[in-house]
Parts: sequence; structure tokens; C-alpha cells
Amino acid sequence: MPEFEAIPDCQPFELTNAAILKAHDVNVYYGEKQALFDVNLEVEKNAVTAFIGPSGCGKTTLLRCFNRMNDVIPICRVEGSITLGGQEIHAPEVDVVALRKNVGMVFQKPNPFPKSIYDNIAYGPRIHGMTKTKAEMDEIVENSLKRAGLWEEVKDRLDKPGTGLSGGQQQRLCIARAIAVEPKIILMDEPCSALDPIATATIEALIEELRERFSIVIVTHSMQQAARISQRTAYFHLGHLVEFASTEQIFTSPEDERTQNYITGRIG
Amino acid sequence: MEHQHIIKSFDKELGEIDSMILQMGGLVEVQISESVKALYKRDIDLAAKVRADDKQVDLFESKIDESTLRTLALRQPMAEDLRHIICALKVANNLERIGDYAKNIAKRTQVIAESGSVGTSEKTIRRMGKMAQEMVSDALNAYIGKDLKMAEELRIRDEDIDNMHNTLFRELLTYMMEDPRNITPCMHMLFIAKNLERIGDHATAIAEQIFYLITGALPDEERPKSDKTSQMSAEMED
Repeated sequence: MPEFEAIPDCQPFELTNAAILKAHDVNVYYGEKQALFDVNLEVEKNAVTAFIGPSGCGKTTLLRCFNRMNDVIPICRVEGSITLGGQEIHAPEVDVVALRKNVGMVFQKPNPFPKSIYDNIAYGPRIHGMTKTKAEMDEIVENSLKRAGLWEEVKDRLDKPGTGLSGGQQQRLCIARAIAVEPKIILMDEPCSALDPIATATIEALIEELRERFSIVIVTHSMQQAARISQRTAYFHLGHLVEFASTEQIFTSPEDERTQNYITGRIG
Repeated sequence: MEHQHIIKSFDKELGEIDSMILQMGGLVEVQISESVKALYKRDIDLAAKVRADDKQVDLFESKIDESTLRTLALRQPMAEDLRHIICALKVANNLERIGDYAKNIAKRTQVIAESGSVGTSEKTIRRMGKMAQEMVSDALNAYIGKDLKMAEELRIRDEDIDNMHNTLFRELLTYMMEDPRNITPCMHMLFIAKNLERIGDHATAIAEQIFYLITGALPDEERPKSDKTSQMSAEMED
């Protein structure tokens, strides 16, 4: 089933196995300083992959590589190969805008556009020319908000500014905005760190539902969160991918002592 | 683990749980040796004490249950810490069962106190008691020292106690066939031996928990088992 949309100007591809994204020998430098060392990792389809590790360990850096967000940092240099459904994302012919349609992102702090709730969702589909009529657009907006579990709360105020919503609602709006363009992967960089426990639980439940349609990579500082929602967990330490295994394995019997020390809260 | 927790009170809590396990284990060891001693000395008072002391053992178990539950809820332990807590919970449960077996030995001792000893069975019981007590003691040492080698040896040692149980089973069967008046004391002796054999099994179960605590996996190979009494009949020749 050729459900994967090809990046323009590249050969269309089909997914042959469970890995949707593969990082091979990825090294990242900020000027002279190396931030990631020979990272090899595969993101599974329809699974939640969690990145954990202390601050500055490179987990966000790797996440940002996946949709080439590091391109905007002039001193940042990425080496190695990252393929999305078999397509090298750093290939010169790849259109970054198209790449980011396939690889959506949700940030730590909810960042709705200073526009109406409707326009927040409609922005992506509009620039990608996904709709021809207003009715189609209305449908995308409604479906995206429904999938993000926000529809009931905002359906009567779609013309009100997105910034007027609560923190948890804003974050769900950002998730709705990310899924409106039907990405393959959603990258989440600590999506709940600015939210209270109830809003966090709502987002976590949402992530679990979204997994059926999308693949999710989440960076989190909450190990409980990683344990609760992810199927695979990667532990990073000082720029190295130390251990990458099933979440159950990582949180019950990790193999590496550094992982053990980190997740049990010990001084390593 | 040589590294300390960043939150020191967590280390303190784990230490307190271990210390309770040790106290409970010590008490259970005394229970085993006193129950067997009460039997061969026909000491009814000592048997009564063993029965009364079982309340202490039960109290320790509920205290350990409480502490582990609290730590699970409040600290949400991971990895080795999680295994440590689960192991403590199970070890306490095993020790409580061992305590019950010792109490049962004491109970039977009170019943058969009036009768004399039958053959050499009491000597065998004494040896089994000593062996069971040593196994429990070693299990506790392996737990506190996180000693994988000791735990593995312990698993194998259970075979010895099984063999003694088999021998005793045959022996008591013979006495009962010789003279039906032997049946009551022999049946009690048989249950006492079975209790000691079960204590060995629980010590082995503790060893397996320690194996899990240290390695994160349960031992995969079957441990040697020699308890054949379930297949024996009175018609057996040997």
C-alpha cells in the first residue's frame, strides 16, 4: 500500500519494514563542539519512541535533525545519513518544506500562531495546497481538532485567537496543527513540561491515540512519562546513544550502568 | 550498587527495608532451630514460644509490605531499585511462609510430646532442621551482600534436603507398617519433615529472587529437584 507520500522530486517509496526513519552514523557539530557521536537509531512505525537523558546530552539535537530544524543554525553541521522511508533527507533535491510536512513538530512551550483557532489549523494545509474548497478546509480543521481532542471545547469559538486558550488547550491546538497536514512522524520536544498533571494526562492519552496513525518521537525529562507512553526508549549521555531498547527493558533491567544510574536517580 | 541516590532519603528508605528483612530473617532462623529443638527435647514450653513468636514474624511482614508499598507509590523506583523493592516484598513473603512452617512444627511437637521417638527419624529431622536453617541464613546473606554466586549455590543445595526427606519418608513408612501404633507419631514426623523440605524450597525461592535482583532475569535452567515422595507407595521394596 503506497500510503507514504513521496517527497517531491524523489522516487516514491513504500515502507518495507517497521522502521520509518533511520539514523546512521549521525555526528552533529556546533562549530568546533561535537554534540552527537555516531548515533545509529531506527524509529518504528506506529510506535512512540522516547528520548531521555540529562540536559545537554543531545536528544533535542537529534530530534531537530529529523526535520532539518538545525539548518537554521549557521554553525551547526550534520554528518551521516538520516533516511525517511528510505529517502535521504539531506539529499540536495529534498524540499525542506515538504520534508516538514512529513515530519511535524510540537514544541515545549505551546506556540500557536497569533491568529484564530481556525487559521492555526488551516495554515499548513493552505500552504501545501491540500484543499480546493472552503468545505474541504472546514473538514480538515474539524477532523484535526477532533483527533486532538479539542473540537468540543473550541467548536463555538473557531474565530477567536488561539492564544486565548489555556496552556493545555494551546498545546493540543499545536498538535492539531501538526496533524492537519497528515505527517508521517510527529516530533515532540517536551510537550508537557509547561502543563499541569491533568493537561499532561490529556496529552498523553492523545499521544497514545495518535500512535495508530502516526509515528511519534518524544523528548521528555519525565521518565515516568517515557515509561507510560512509549514503546521504545533511547537513553543519551554526553552526545552518545548509550542504550536503545524496549521501554520495558530500559525501565526494569537496563544493560548499561549509565542508564541505570540515570533512571534510578543516582550520581553516575 | 556503589553509586548513591541523589536523594539521600531514598537510600535511607531502601536501607530500612533491608534492615527489616534481616531482622525478620534472623527471627525466622531462630524459629526453625527452636522448633526442631523443642521437638527432640520434647520441650512443650519452647514449642509454645515458637508459636507465640510467629506473631512477630507476621508483624514484620506487614511492616515490610507497608514500607515497600509506600516506596513504590512515593519514589516510583526504576530498574534495579524497582527490582530491589519487588525482591524485598517477595522475600518477606517467603520468610513469613517459613515462619508458618516452623510454627506448624511446634504445633505438632505439642501433640507428639508424650510419645517416644521412633527409630532414627529424629536425628534425620535434626539434620534437616540444621540444613534448612543454614539455607535461610545463607539466603539472607546473599540478599544483603547481593551475592550471585551464593544464590546460585543455594539453588542447588535444596537437592540435599530433598534427598533426606525421601530417605525419611521411606523409613517412616517402614515403621508404620511394622506397628500401626506408630502411625500417629510417624504421620506427624512426616509432616514435620515435609515442613522442613518446604522451608528449603522457600530458601531456594529467595535465592531465585536474588538472582533476579542482580541480573534482571530469572534463572533459566531448571534447578535440580529430588523430592520423590509424591511417587512413592507402601509397596516399595527398597
